[in-house]
Amino acid sequence: MRRVAIIGVGTTKFGELWDKSLRDIGIEAGIKAIEDANISGSDIDAIYVGNMSAGNFINQEHVAALIADYAGLAKRHIPATRVESACASGGLALRHGFMAVASGIHDIVVVGGAEKMTDVSGADATATLIMAADQEWEAFVGMTFPGLYAMMAVRHMYEYGTTKEQLAMVAVKNHRNGALNPNAQFRREIDLDTALNAPMIAYPLGLYDCSPVTDGASAVVLAPLEMAKKYTDTPIEIIGSGQASESLALHDREDICTMKSTVFAAREAYKMAGIMPSDVDVAEVHDCFTINEIIATEDLGFFKKGEGGKAVEEGLTERDGEIPVNTSGGLKAKGHPVGATGIAQAVEIVYQLRGEAGKRQVDGAEIGLAHNVGGTGATAVVHIMRRVN
Amino acid sequence: MSAGIVSYGAYIPRYRIDVGEIARVWGADGEARSKSLAVYSKSVPGPDEDTATIAIEAARNALRRVNIDPKDIGAVFVGSESHPYVVKPTASIVAEAIGATPYLTAADYEFACKAGTTAIQTCMAMVKSGMIKYGLAIGADTSQGAPGDPLEYTASAGGAAYIIGKEGVIARINHTVSYTTDTPDFWRREGQKYPSHGGRFTGEPAYFKHIINCTKHLMESVGTKPSDYNYAVFHQPNGKFPMRVAKILGFTKEQITTGLLTPYIGNTYSGAVPLGLAAVLDVAKPGDRIIAVSFGSGAGSDAFDITVEDEIENYPRHMGPSVMELVENYKMVDYAIYAKFRRKIHLGV
Amino acid sequence: MAIPRFWRHIGSRYNLVGTKCKVCGKVYFPPRDVCPVCHRKSLGSMERVKLSGSGKIYSYTVIHTPQKDFEMQTPYVMAIVELDEGPRVTAQIVDCDPSEVHIGMRVRAVLRRIGEDGEGGIIYYGYKFVPERTSAKGAQGHLSVK
Repeated sequence: MRRVAIIGVGTTKFGELWDKSLRDIGIEAGIKAIEDANISGSDIDAIYVGNMSAGNFINQEHVAALIADYAGLAKRHIPATRVESACASGGLALRHGFMAVASGIHDIVVVGGAEKMTDVSGADATATLIMAADQEWEAFVGMTFPGLYAMMAVRHMYEYGTTKEQLAMVAVKNHRNGALNPNAQFRREIDLDTALNAPMIAYPLGLYDCSPVTDGASAVVLAPLEMAKKYTDTPIEIIGSGQASESLALHDREDICTMKSTVFAAREAYKMAGIMPSDVDVAEVHDCFTINEIIATEDLGFFKKGEGGKAVEEGLTERDGEIPVNTSGGLKAKGHPVGATGIAQAVEIVYQLRGEAGKRQVDGAEIGLAHNVGGTGATAVVHIMRRVN
Repeated sequence: MSAGIVSYGAYIPRYRIDVGEIARVWGADGEARSKSLAVYSKSVPGPDEDTATIAIEAARNALRRVNIDPKDIGAVFVGSESHPYVVKPTASIVAEAIGATPYLTAADYEFACKAGTTAIQTCMAMVKSGMIKYGLAIGADTSQGAPGDPLEYTASAGGAAYIIGKEGVIARINHTVSYTTDTPDFWRREGQKYPSHGGRFTGEPAYFKHIINCTKHLMESVGTKPSDYNYAVFHQPNGKFPMRVAKILGFTKEQITTGLLTPYIGNTYSGAVPLGLAAVLDVAKPGDRIIAVSFGSGAGSDAFDITVEDEIENYPRHMGPSVMELVENYKMVDYAIYAKFRRKIHLGV
Repeated sequence: MAIPRFWRHIGSRYNLVGTKCKVCGKVYFPPRDVCPVCHRKSLGSMERVKLSGSGKIYSYTVIHTPQKDFEMQTPYVMAIVELDEGPRVTAQIVDCDPSEVHIGMRVRAVLRRIGEDGEGGIIYYGYKFVPERTSAKGAQGHLSVK
């Protein structure tokens, strides 16, 4: 297996991008990444696109070929593959790009993630997002996506005494980080009272416990490590990649306070990387809802089960804390264009490891982790990256 | 061996609205309305309830109290004036939901407020003839009055289910007769959301004439007089009519009080006499004699002469909710919530 | 939802029909063709069983931003119910104020309307759960005969 590095990254601004289409943002992110990697279109051997639901959001399937086409690559006839695993589509696309390069099948691979979510009404976006859960036995009976995570929160509160304040603190922290991210959807801080007193979405999750509906795209360029130095002085190596699955429906899990998919994906990634959770300097975790940042930081091994809430309260996940989590603002403040999220997380980790994260830079970050979840955890993908010195 | 009631079950939705609250919206004198109708509140089905769900709950409550294989039920008839579909039977939904399918016959009945008792008669005939072992007869409704119409003060929701058979009879139906004429006192045309009625015409020539003649006919047929009955249940579109009809026929207030539910839950239409009879069976003792007379606009009455059997002592009434438990488990809603639940408000999306 | 897609699950939606693995005895809802414990050994040994519909709440939420078919009921309670036979099922809890619901609460299945295919389309019926009330507990009070 060849060692693989990220040699370029690019991202659009995240938010309600009224004047841009899916193909516009997909191309914009890809071009930025290509420019960042100092490559040209003719260097690209394959592209992978993470996208959850273009079929429902813009009535367009077959989006990998579409993006290759509008990137000007149609005449080159390179393989273009869409990867779907709900909100983990981006992370999974990255893993497939990684595997393609590691195996020696391709050298230069562009992995993008894109989602255009604001071309439909809020109700239609809600209806599309719940498709990540079990349509027949969860959605049909009245469940919403926030509702599923809310049930995890209720149980986590019951089992471990996690509080609504601790959930709110995740949002406050991530907004504080998002305020420093020029590409974030919400670039403003919020206080605890605002988060606590927000309108209820699904008890106990209020508006500020939920990630927004976002348009956005991100892309990375992968190359074998031995070729990477040809393009960049700051290659970031992917030293671990893990993926795991779990029952689609939340109710089929013995314990809903943990995501076994996260635990198993992380275990695989840590093993491949040869590191311990305590070796991670900075992490982007899948905070689609505040409760999931708490659950994820436990399942990734940063904190003991049940102590994720307390960890937030004690500031351990702040930028200057023990393990800075979601310096980008996370899904909460940076925005959550579902198919793009997994790539956007990798982009943030690359910025951090290159030392290019500006005001949100974590000093001396060498090892970073990106954790991407699909649905309520039926899929989880974990990548671990390291600065190559 | 004659047919009788093998089991019964009741269901009343949990929500109620006060007559005074309805009167407030229409600028009427609530207290006066309440007094003139002798109705204080009416039941309101939840937004996810309809005649099918009410019929199913009632049927399941009936099955809870008796050890019968649902596959032995050879007929399901659901009487209602508010079937969820105009075309597509409620009865097949009920049959499926109680596990009686597929070897049975099923159909919906409509005869304003008496379709449920007519379903009982059909089941009796089929059981007596040996066509079926058990028949399930249900009267259930989620009736609607047009907003502001006098009917709105009483039109409510509820139902009761009766398993008719020959074995394990807890109450023998000694005899049943009917009285039917073409009397257009109340109707709803195809495609109309709310029913229309003849105002005061619904009284003397409709309700009173049919119930009085039918009751007299039954008592003449079996040779009884009002004092032979421990309980009497008359159709109850409001609290006043059954009291007046009882008085005219020579029944006492004591005889009708147990089966008179309209003051608390309103007029459950096809569910009215079945529910009133269920309330009586909840407390009846072996040997008690009951007369039950329904009325359906359009118009007709079915009358039943019933004797409670010793078997009722072994019958686990507690396995299903009593009518009074259902009456007393309530939550009041205001007119706005009521209007939303009853789809009198349409969403703009 | 297309009609056949609803219709083919009527057994489970109306009567909580699940499956029992005859090899290990574990009960599943909704029905499964393969037992996640016995895998290949379970093939052909998954037996249909009707569940009692009694259980207790494992976790719950109160939905304030509803799905389209549930707008008339908002806010409404959704829960994962642990059935007495073992499997857990996601369902709405009705006839229950949001303030009453709690983990461990005993509930039983009822049949209600889940949704409909527009005003002219078919009506989807299915299981929901109500609090198991032994008496008229939870009611507002007793109406005395006036």
